[in-house]
Amino acid sequence: MTKLFQCKDVTLRRMVYLVIKDMAEIAEDVIIVTSSLTKDMTGKEDQFRGPAIRALCKITDTGMLQSIERYMKQAIVDKVHPVASAALVSSLHLCKTSMDVTKRWVNEAQEAVNADNVMVQYHALGLLYHIRKHDKLAVTKLVQKFTRGQLKSPYAMCLLIRIAAKLIEEEDLGSDSPMFDLIESCLRHKSEIVIYEAAHAIVSMKHTSGKELAPAVSVLQLFCSSPKPTLRFAAVKTLNKVAMKHPSAVIACNLDLENLITDTNRSIATLAITTLLKTGSESSVDRLMKQISSFMSEISDEFKIVVVQAIQALCQKYPRKHGVMMQFLATMLREEGGFEYKKAIVNTIIAIVDENGEGKEPGLSHLCEFIEDCEHTVLATRILHLLGREGPRTKQPSKYIRFIYNRVILESANVRAAAVTALAKFGAHCEELLDSTIVLLQRCCMDTDDEVRDRATLYLTILQQKQASLNSQYILNGLQVSVVGLERALQNYTLDLSPSKPFDIKTVPIDTQPMAEQRPSTAPGGLGTHGESPRDKKMGTTQDVYAEQLSAIPQIAKLGTVFKSSPPMELTESETEYVVRCVKHVFPQHIVFQFDCTNTLNDQILENAYVQMESSEEFNVVATIPAEKLIFNTASTTYTIVELPEGWGAAGTFACLLKYVVKDCDPATGEADDEGYDDEYALEDVDIAVADYMQKVSLANFAAAWEELGPTYELEDTFALSHMTSLEEAVKEIIKFLGMAPCERSDKIPEEKSSHQLLLAGVFTGGHKTLVRAKLALSDGVTMQLTVRSTESATSEIVVSAIG
Amino acid sequence: MDSSLADPTLYSIKAILVMDNDGARLVSKYFDKSFPTIKEQKTFERNLFNKTHRANAEIVMFEGLTCVYRSSVDLFFYVVGSSNENELLLMSVLNCLFDSVSQMLRKNVEKKMLLDKLDSVFLAIDEICDGGILLESDPNTVVSRAAVKQDDIPLGEQTVSQVLSIAKEQIGWSILK
Repeated sequence: MTKLFQCKDVTLRRMVYLVIKDMAEIAEDVIIVTSSLTKDMTGKEDQFRGPAIRALCKITDTGMLQSIERYMKQAIVDKVHPVASAALVSSLHLCKTSMDVTKRWVNEAQEAVNADNVMVQYHALGLLYHIRKHDKLAVTKLVQKFTRGQLKSPYAMCLLIRIAAKLIEEEDLGSDSPMFDLIESCLRHKSEIVIYEAAHAIVSMKHTSGKELAPAVSVLQLFCSSPKPTLRFAAVKTLNKVAMKHPSAVIACNLDLENLITDTNRSIATLAITTLLKTGSESSVDRLMKQISSFMSEISDEFKIVVVQAIQALCQKYPRKHGVMMQFLATMLREEGGFEYKKAIVNTIIAIVDENGEGKEPGLSHLCEFIEDCEHTVLATRILHLLGREGPRTKQPSKYIRFIYNRVILESANVRAAAVTALAKFGAHCEELLDSTIVLLQRCCMDTDDEVRDRATLYLTILQQKQASLNSQYILNGLQVSVVGLERALQNYTLDLSPSKPFDIKTVPIDTQPMAEQRPSTAPGGLGTHGESPRDKKMGTTQDVYAEQLSAIPQIAKLGTVFKSSPPMELTESETEYVVRCVKHVFPQHIVFQFDCTNTLNDQILENAYVQMESSEEFNVVATIPAEKLIFNTASTTYTIVELPEGWGAAGTFACLLKYVVKDCDPATGEADDEGYDDEYALEDVDIAVADYMQKVSLANFAAAWEELGPTYELEDTFALSHMTSLEEAVKEIIKFLGMAPCERSDKIPEEKSSHQLLLAGVFTGGHKTLVRAKLALSDGVTMQLTVRSTESATSEIVVSAIG
Repeated sequence: MDSSLADPTLYSIKAILVMDNDGARLVSKYFDKSFPTIKEQKTFERNLFNKTHRANAEIVMFEGLTCVYRSSVDLFFYVVGSSNENELLLMSVLNCLFDSVSQMLRKNVEKKMLLDKLDSVFLAIDEICDGGILLESDPNTVVSRAAVKQDDIPLGEQTVSQVLSIAKEQIGWSILK
């Protein structure tokens, strides 16, 4: 190989360098060519020097670098441009492995920036920035130095703009800084690359206002009518981004964008249309939709998803247009497409069905058609679940049954199981369909799959009982427990060799799915994990994590299982000496306050820290579990256990005081002094309210559950909420106060109505199911008629009295 | 949204590709680890080709990357960059690549000529981009640096006797081989 270096043929010699570079990663002995390369690098032939440097730097390592450092320094300031460029670029590559060595070349790089070749400038600036990027001050100086327009290279200008933009973003400089002026002035640069880079930078910044955007947008507008597709693409792409945040700023470009719709480059056309969809008015929607559908088949899946998302946003904005959109979505659904794409469409349709009453029936029938031939099991089960929930309440439930039963005949086991569940819901809900459902379910009992057979048999038996309460409990509303929690509880139960009492489902922690995630549903009937959508799987919720932590502490473990854990609450300002967060865990007879403390002083160690809680009410502090040591920036936990008074459910306020022993310590080594002194630190008060005892439960069918509970422990009262000015506000407050989950989307109030019915469901501590029906009417304030039903009289009383 | 603010770096080019009109690779250089194995690279190339060989649209968003491309007779030239990259910069790289190749092949940008001069094309790409950093954007400089042999006088300016003598020489060489 080394013989090749002697060769006279220029091209061959150059190819040798290429081969060396590519072999650098696989061969071990490339080092032996080092001397040959060094000779070339310092030789007379300029044509070889640049490539030789690049090849050499590719194969060298930190140790070897020392020996060629001198040559590198010379090369960086070399008068021959390719040599200088090659040296600069190679140093940049070397930064990854041996930063310390390249750092010493700053002075040479400084000199190179002033070179008259454009590319050398670009590379030198890149290297300078890279070396100094952690030093804000130096970077600022760097930018300021070049603001006066010494840079001739458009690429170097682009780089400068990016550096400046990053500085503005990090330092939050705002639009009056010299940095911003620099970027703005670049909008008038003669090179298109620079103009676009500047516009892009302004658009991408977080805190730009409409006024600052205007010049950038007008530049982009000019680009839109350029003959070069790339320029148009770049402009539309950036405008599309603007439209997400400031639709109004883009309206001026609407005309240009309209022209781009017919662009031969489909990427440009799609971007233009989605931008228009965001900025356009209601009237133009029809036309745009027609345009898109004409070339939908030609664009890639990624773009289709972008379009679908734009449509979803549009549906929320203009609910009246759902007819057009639904039609469009349905056509798209029928076409070929990947899973991600179909999922986006199905999500959009489900969102429409959820949000929009009028769109419900057409949406459902489109989905029915879709599952007729859908190869994605996940989507099919999801749609079936939706059908089971929404179908029975439509005007003609019978027509959906055919679709569902077709699934039972044709699909895989997972889908069949979901279909059986959906069928049962129809049967439970609609009296007139009961008989036919029973017949269908009987047929399902012959199924080859265990899960399907089990479900069918269970539902069949329940339906044949013809009891509304059973129906509601087992079919319509499902089991509301956390799957992980249930698993743990069952495991514990089976480990117990001589179980004295039957397994009590009420001891299992209740599922705390946030409302937004309600859609995927827990396993219907609690029979297994078959019909579940993937989102449930990440349900190792924070609650389960807490439960694990708590059960590790003996004093707390004996209190029983956690009923509910509240979200963490800050008890201090975020920038004080000690940061404390509190989590309330409600147990059957106790409350455990978990305090996560973080010490933000690096010259102190806190020992034996605990929180002293005092309350005027009849709460009784049973025990505290102190945190042994609080080291700088490491969170430790201390617990305080409080016994609940008789007739629990009482609200109260605790004054909290963090007590500890302070010991000074050396910030560097973390070694503490032996002597310490007692100190305390006041925290904000902790409140306990009804919401802490209440666990949210989402019921798909409120009416059935309401009937099931019956009027035995019903309480009714009327309240005047005089300080509320709107129904929305009242609904939000009530939900927050009671900590219950709104059912059947009763938390969304149709516009311009003066009365509303809010349906809430929850489980009170001790496992008492509680339902609340609040009828709200808007007069001067908000008047509320509250009806509470629960499985125990005390619970109803507590809820009613809590409101007053 | 803020992630769209590109980090100031010189590493702007992810790959440079040349394919023929069946989508087979002739030249391919990848400058980062987006496609670590040859298999992934091939799949990417095939998909990219299927997407682009019909519509002559110059730019496309593909698998989260921005690809600019240009075709000539039976060749397709691609430059690939991240989706945050300045599209115009990528375009200037592509133009430079195309112009230098076209100069070296004396305006006959087609597969056969390219394969004949494959060594020079490799050198040109090496001069345009080093490890993902744009090295040179002027086609003339690139051509001169890529060290094409000096006897390459454009065909039209050679006399008949010159052409004949060169042809003789070439035939002589090929027999020797």
